[in-house]
Formats: sequence, C-alpha cells, structure tokens
Amino acid sequence: MITRVTLKDHLRETRLFTNRALLALIISVALTLVVVGRLVYLQIIGHEHFKTLSHDNRVNITPLPPTRGLIYDRNGVLLAQNLPAFSVEIVPEQVRDLDTTITELSELIEIDDDDIERFHKIRKQKPAFASIPLRFRLNEEEVARFAVNRHRFPGVDIAARLMRDYPLDQRAVHAIGYVGRINEDELRRVDPSNYAGTTHIGKIGVEKAYENILHGVVGIKHVEINALGRVLRVIKENKSLPGQNLILTIDAQLQEEAEKALGENRGAVVALDPRTGDVLALASTPTYDSNLFVAGLDAKTYGELQQSLDQPLFNRALRGQYPPGSTIKPFIGLAGLEYNKIGTQNKTFCPGWYSLRGDTHRYRDWKRAGHGATDLRKAIAQSCDVFFYDLSHTLGIDLIHAFLSQFGFGALTGIDLTGELPALLPSRNWKRRIHAQPWYPGETLIVGIGQGYNLTTPLQLATATATLATRGSNWRPRIVHALQDPNTLALDIISPLITNTVEFNNPDNWDQVIAAMTEVVHGRRGTARAIGEDAEYIIAGKTGTAQVFGIKQDERYVEEEIDLRLRDHALFIAFAPVANPRIAVSVIVENGGSGSGVAAPVARKIMDQYLLREPVNDAR
Amino acid sequence: MLDSSYRVQRLGERRRIRWFFLVRGLHLDMPLFTALVVLSAVGLGILYSASGQDVNILIRQSIRVLIAFTAMFFLAQIPPHHIKRWAPWIFTFGLSLLVAVLTIGEIGKGAQRWLDLGLFRFQPSELMKIAVPMMVAWYFAERALPPSNAQLLVAGLLTIAPTLLIAKQPDLGTAVLICSSGLFVLLLAGMRWRTVTSVILLVIPLGWLFWEFGMHDYQRGRVLTFLNPENDPLGAGYHIIQSKIAIGSGGIYGKGWLNGTQSHLEFLPERSTDFIFAVFSEEFGLIGTILLLLLYLFIVVRGLYIANEAQNTFSRLLAGSLILTFFVYFFVNIGMVVGILPVVGLPLPLISYGGTSMVTIMIGFGILMSIQTHRKLLPA
Repeated sequence: MITRVTLKDHLRETRLFTNRALLALIISVALTLVVVGRLVYLQIIGHEHFKTLSHDNRVNITPLPPTRGLIYDRNGVLLAQNLPAFSVEIVPEQVRDLDTTITELSELIEIDDDDIERFHKIRKQKPAFASIPLRFRLNEEEVARFAVNRHRFPGVDIAARLMRDYPLDQRAVHAIGYVGRINEDELRRVDPSNYAGTTHIGKIGVEKAYENILHGVVGIKHVEINALGRVLRVIKENKSLPGQNLILTIDAQLQEEAEKALGENRGAVVALDPRTGDVLALASTPTYDSNLFVAGLDAKTYGELQQSLDQPLFNRALRGQYPPGSTIKPFIGLAGLEYNKIGTQNKTFCPGWYSLRGDTHRYRDWKRAGHGATDLRKAIAQSCDVFFYDLSHTLGIDLIHAFLSQFGFGALTGIDLTGELPALLPSRNWKRRIHAQPWYPGETLIVGIGQGYNLTTPLQLATATATLATRGSNWRPRIVHALQDPNTLALDIISPLITNTVEFNNPDNWDQVIAAMTEVVHGRRGTARAIGEDAEYIIAGKTGTAQVFGIKQDERYVEEEIDLRLRDHALFIAFAPVANPRIAVSVIVENGGSGSGVAAPVARKIMDQYLLREPVNDAR
Repeated sequence: MLDSSYRVQRLGERRRIRWFFLVRGLHLDMPLFTALVVLSAVGLGILYSASGQDVNILIRQSIRVLIAFTAMFFLAQIPPHHIKRWAPWIFTFGLSLLVAVLTIGEIGKGAQRWLDLGLFRFQPSELMKIAVPMMVAWYFAERALPPSNAQLLVAGLLTIAPTLLIAKQPDLGTAVLICSSGLFVLLLAGMRWRTVTSVILLVIPLGWLFWEFGMHDYQRGRVLTFLNPENDPLGAGYHIIQSKIAIGSGGIYGKGWLNGTQSHLEFLPERSTDFIFAVFSEEFGLIGTILLLLLYLFIVVRGLYIANEAQNTFSRLLAGSLILTFFVYFFVNIGMVVGILPVVGLPLPLISYGGTSMVTIMIGFGILMSIQTHRKLLPA
C-alpha cells in the first residue's frame, strides 16, 4: 500500500507566504484609501454643511414618546387614561459622578433604594446619552425645590411625562391590568429605538396583551442647541404616532356589580355574551389598586400584596383551577344522551350510595337518604350523585374525555389575554404520562361529579356554559371589541370567532338538559330555587360544591382560619333568558360553602343588572 | 591622520555595535517600538482633549499604557518556540473560560462577557484574540502547506467555535476580530483561491435561506438597522449623525487641539472610547487623520515585514495574522466612526480610553517583537 506523504517544501511556503502578505498589504492600503476618500468627502466636500451644523449651534436629537392608547369599556366609560406628571431624569454621560449626584439629589427629593436600583438596571441597557428617569410623580414642592437648585446638577432635569392612570381604581384590574416601569428583560424584547422615550410598558392584562397596539410609534426631534444648552430652533420633527385606543367588551357597570356581589369573598366571576364570546365582566377578588404599580411600589407594599393569604394579585378568573363539582353534571348528562347510554325516561334508583361490582367501597351521595328513583331531569335539578356515578361508569373515561373536550374543558379558551391556564381534563393517557399508573374505574365515578383530577378555570366554565346556551356554538372569549384610531376615531372592529361547533345526532338533547337546568332554578325542588322565585326572566343554571382537599404541608395558616379555608368552594353556572340567552355566567366563591346558598345569588345579581337595566345604557 | 580617522570610525562602529547588542538584548524591534510609542502619545493627547481635559483620566490611562508596554516587553523576551509549545494549552484554557462565562458569567452591560475572579474581572474573549491565531498557526506549523481541505476544516472549526461563543455573549466586535484572526492564518497558510471562492459561494445562499426562513421580522429589522444605522437616529444612528458632524466640521486643518466643539459639549457620545476618532478628526482635520492613518499603516507594513522575515511556519503565520487583525481592528473602528461600516463597538486600538484591549494588543506586538528578535542570524 502506498501512502502519499507530502513533505514540507520550505522554499515554496515562504514564496507563497510572501505573495499572500503582499496581497494583504495591497488590500490594506486600498481599504485605507477608501477611508481617506470618505474623510475627503466629509471634511472637504461636506465641510461647509457640517460646519454650519456645528458652528455655534449644535444638533441634538431627542425621542418623542408616543401617547399611549386609551382604554374604554363597551359603553364608552374610560378605564385607562394618561395624566401629566413630573419625573426627575438623569443623562448619565453628562454627570461626572453618578453616586454623589444621586446622594445630593436625595436631599431635595425623596429617593429610595428601589428607585436607585431600578435606575442602574435601566442605565445598563440604554446608551449613556439617554435620559433615564430616577423617580416618578414628584409633588409640586419637590419640583420647586429642584428648580431652585438645578444649577448644581448638570445632566439632571425635570421632565413632564404622561403617566398612566386608572380612573376606576380597583375596578376590573384583573382584566385591564396595568403598566409599570420597563425592566431589563422587557427592554431586550422590544425595539429599543421605539421605546427610547418610553418609561412604562404593559405588565399584565389588556395592557400587556395589546402592548404593541397601545404603545404607538416614537417620534424624533432634531433641535439646535446653543452652548448653554438652550433650544434655539427645531430643525426637523417627525411626530410620534399615538397608540390606538381600545374598546373593551367589558361592561363597567356589570363589572362593578360583579365585584360588589362577590364582596369580601375570595372568588371569581366571568360573564359572557354567549352569542359572540364577548367578556362582559371578568372579576377576581380581592382586587388591588393598579395605580400603585404605575408609580412604582416599594418592596414592602409589594411584598405584602404578594404574600397576602388572600392573593389579590392572583387572577382567579383566568388562572384559578377549581374542581367543577356538580356544575359538570349537565355536560355528563348530555354525553349520556348523545351516546345513547340513557334515555330521558330511564331511571336509576338512588339509595344514597353507589358501589362498583366486586368492590365494597361505597361512593356516597350528598343526600344520605338518597333520591329514590331518579331520571336525568331530576338528577340535574336535585344534583343526584348516584345517577351520575352510574352514568359515568357506563360512559367510561374515554367517552367522557372526548365529549367534554368539545366544550373546551382542559384546554386554553384562547382569550386575548396572557397568562390563562388550561386546567385539567383527565384521561387515560394523561394519567399514564404524569402518574405512570393505569386508570382505575373508581376514578371515573369521581370525575363524573366534577371531583378528583378534574379542574377548570372560571373562564372555561363560562365558555362551556355559553356553548350550552347557544346549543353548540363555542365562541372564543374576547375582551377587546375594537381598536379605535385616536385621531379619526374610526373603529376597527375585531370580529368574533367560533372555536368549534358541537353538533349532536339528536338536537333534542340540548332541550332536555336545558329544561333540567331550568328546573334547577325554577323547579319546586331545584337546588337553586331560592334565586328563581322572584326572577323576572327564566334562568337555566347548575349549582356546584367542590371539596377542598386539605392544605399543603408547607403552608402555615392561623389556627382559627383553618376551618374557614377548608370549607368547600361554592360554584354556580347559569345563562338567561333561556329562550334567547344574552348572558352566560360562571361564579366561584372560594370556601363559600354551598353553591346554592352563596354562588347562585351572586349570579342572580349580575344577570339582574344586565338584563333588567334601562336599555339606554347599551349604546352599542 | 589616516590612523586616527580609522580609530574614530572604529570607535563609532563599536558604539554602534554596542548599541545594537543593547537593543538586541532588550528584544525590541526599534521601528515598531518607536511607532507604538508615538501612537500611544498621540492617544493620550487626544484623550486629554476628549475627556474634557480631565487629568485623572489621563493619569489612569497613562498607567494602563505603562502596563501594556510592560506586558509587551515581557512577551518580547519569550522565544517563539515557547509560545508555540503553550499554544494548545492557552487555547483550551481560553475556550473553557468562554463556556464558563456563558454559564456563570456576570451580566455586565446586558452582555455576558466578564468572569468575576474575586480580585478582578476578566474577559476571556480578550485572551482568545491571541489564543486563536496561536492555535491555528500551531496546527499548521508542522504540516505541509498549502493545507488540504480536511486541514482547512479543522482549522475552520478552531476559529468558528470561539467566534460563536463570543458572538453569543453578545460581543460582535470581538467576534469579528477573532474570526478574522483565524481566517488570516488560513489565507496566509496558502488556502487555495478555488477553495476560498467555493466557501463564499456556499455561504451566500445559506445566508439568504437563513434571512428568508430562519429569522423573524423584528430580527430582520434589527439587521437592517445594523447595516444602515442612519435609519435609527435614536439608537446607533445617533452616534453616526453626531460623529459625521464632528468630522466634517473639522475640515482640512481641523479646529486645533482642545478646540473641538462637538465633542466637548456632550453631543458626541462615547467620545473617549469607541468614537474618539471623531474627536481627533474634528481637532486635527484631514491632514491629521491622514498622518494618523499613515502611522497605522506603517505599523502594519512593519508587522508584515517581520512576518515575512520569520524563519518558521508558526512564527510567520502567527505574526502575519496578528498584524492583519490589528489592521481590521482600526479599520473597523474608523470605518464605523466615519459611517461606512456598521456600528459593532470596537475601540480605536491604542488610542481609545480603556485598558483591557490595549494590553491584549500590546501582548500581540510583544509576540511580533519576539519573533523578530529571536531570529538566528544566518550568513547572507
């Protein structure tokens, strides 16, 4: 075998190197000549032009931050606006010693460590010549104090900026969200030039989800400044483009009613227009004051909000995951009818408990004495557990999972807000994947009454109820109705979208279940008959009571509170009027006890407000 | 008569010889050394002006210049074969530091470049500016040249790996330098033009595909802004607009030392660091800038001469790559300041305020001097 060995040929290598080095030299000289050419262009040909620009006056370029779009409710009630406020700002490059300057400033203006920390974080992200706010919302006294001492602080100035303001304070805070000071992460995700003059960015809610629409486009001002820093004339100005206004689907009045109805309770309400998926109200209590976040919270207040046992910052409507309890029963009933596992006449005998064959475990009904012979209508109206144990056992988990999926359980609804959680609709696959265990028949029974692994969000419950109300149209919930051009006020309406349509072989099945749900409210023995007695319209509803499975080991509760926080969650879903549904509601009251006693009256108040108010309000 | 003049001549020669050996003993290349001293002096002068005549900054920078020259002097004493022996170790060390920076590096100025070693903070990418050409030159040192395609591939990987790690930090300027330092070794080693052309022909469609399908709209927007900063007057374009005014207003003769107006009134950003060339141009005009460019070119010519005189492949390739990278260094900076290249954030070598990069550059020149002064004198 012959291997070819290349020997080093030093003479050839040296010659090769010399050639290459010579070529490199020629290219270097040529490139340098290009630079010289450019310099000749700038310093000889363009000299007069640039000299004029530089002579006595100099050009400064400043960003003109756009005005953030306003937010209105569906009837034109202002939910978010911009108010002028003073802030103190520093151009780091023009300051000789930042720390000393800040220390001296803090003698005139109250500046805490959080302000300083945030200032330094933002400073690292921005060029040294950018003006960076140190503290917002100075009061008049502070402005005056600084103005007198301004000569001591080169590179520091007071700026008048528009600050976000939420005139309704705590109202609808979980829907609207708030803006806060831009942090490092956010600055990396946006176009830094477009945010050159912007100090705040949407952090949560509509403010975050529609940030790019609300923000607008930055403008630029070229100004001549004399040696003393005074503006002599504006050379060029590209006006900023204000952000678009948003018209929400939220009804501020209804929202107020929902929050009032929840009162001091922890809970959530979602009210939808079943015909479009419009979110009429989205409440999560307790609430908090979003204006605090605009001005900047100190660590203590924020810590209190975050660590509060009541979790005011937690958006229960989108992220709260609760067992649906008995509110799942109408859907299971529909599945039974649709898959022909039961007829409307079929009766199951309820002795107060249910057992699987070959198993001695007794699954109890909430009513110890039992409901006796029970058909579907009675089972829903009186919330019989045994009927649904039996039905779900007949259906099996696979059919239940397939059927409930059509109503959006266990999946994101696709609402135009960020942070929504999918909750959980269990299946055989899911259990194998997560728990590495097979599915046990007993677990199907529990799922059939809305307990066990089953979890839903209030938003999911509301959309599923709306789908029921429309007999199968599953509209994607939406919170923004239209974009509005701030100048022409022309509306750009976002059209509602159907996620999917549930179709049955026998459309009568809808009527059967809806009739049973009507009996829940208006029947003689319906579980929510208390709210149906004096109603001026016909309501279809379903109560639910979800067990709370104890508290986590690592959480500490005050002794007296343990009982309170272990009480069952109260749930209620409803839509009305039955003949032509205009509103679908889901209500959850954490540890409320019973669905009929606590959650149903909340829903009734909301529906009353919406359906019985003077029609004048519905300007749209 | 004849005798005495002869003696005088002898004396002069002796003195010259003694001087020769003295300088030789210091292992300094006099033409290069002189040029570097002049450049540093010019740098201090312009920094004094750019900093608004801040004596503290001047003193701080002078100390850095001294440290950098000491480093150069120290390196010049080490014979090239030692440097060659260490090359793979230094490279491996530097590469692991780069990985460490990406994983545990402290975030400074929004980019992960620094490694906090407790006592001082260290930028491993600086080390790689020297280590990459050393490594690639080491790889080719004993191999027959021009290199085969397989060898080119290995050398290419040795260059690309650290480049990508640094670009990810992200430090685009240094990535450009390190990439070119490796590529220069390849080209000087005699990579065939045919291969060069085919690589270019391969990269262009790949780049286009990436542009069309691999990037989001906003990323494309950022690249366009990067290539044409004047479209972004609130970001990189601000620098360019101001530096053009500064340079252009300098004219042929300049406004004179300490008389630049643009730079002194806070209009020109980063005037002591990346954009110091604009201050120089404003104050010394076209004549001054051409002289400065000639000084830089002289250093490059001298460096290429040293490379060409070097006696073995390793020294030749390393010296050539180091000096051409130096050219890229000042060309990219000046090109960016005068607005013909994108703003990548590189200082003007030996003139901009700041110490780390200066030490690295002078270490490079130390290696060049070592290569030049450790030659075995061969009979002509």
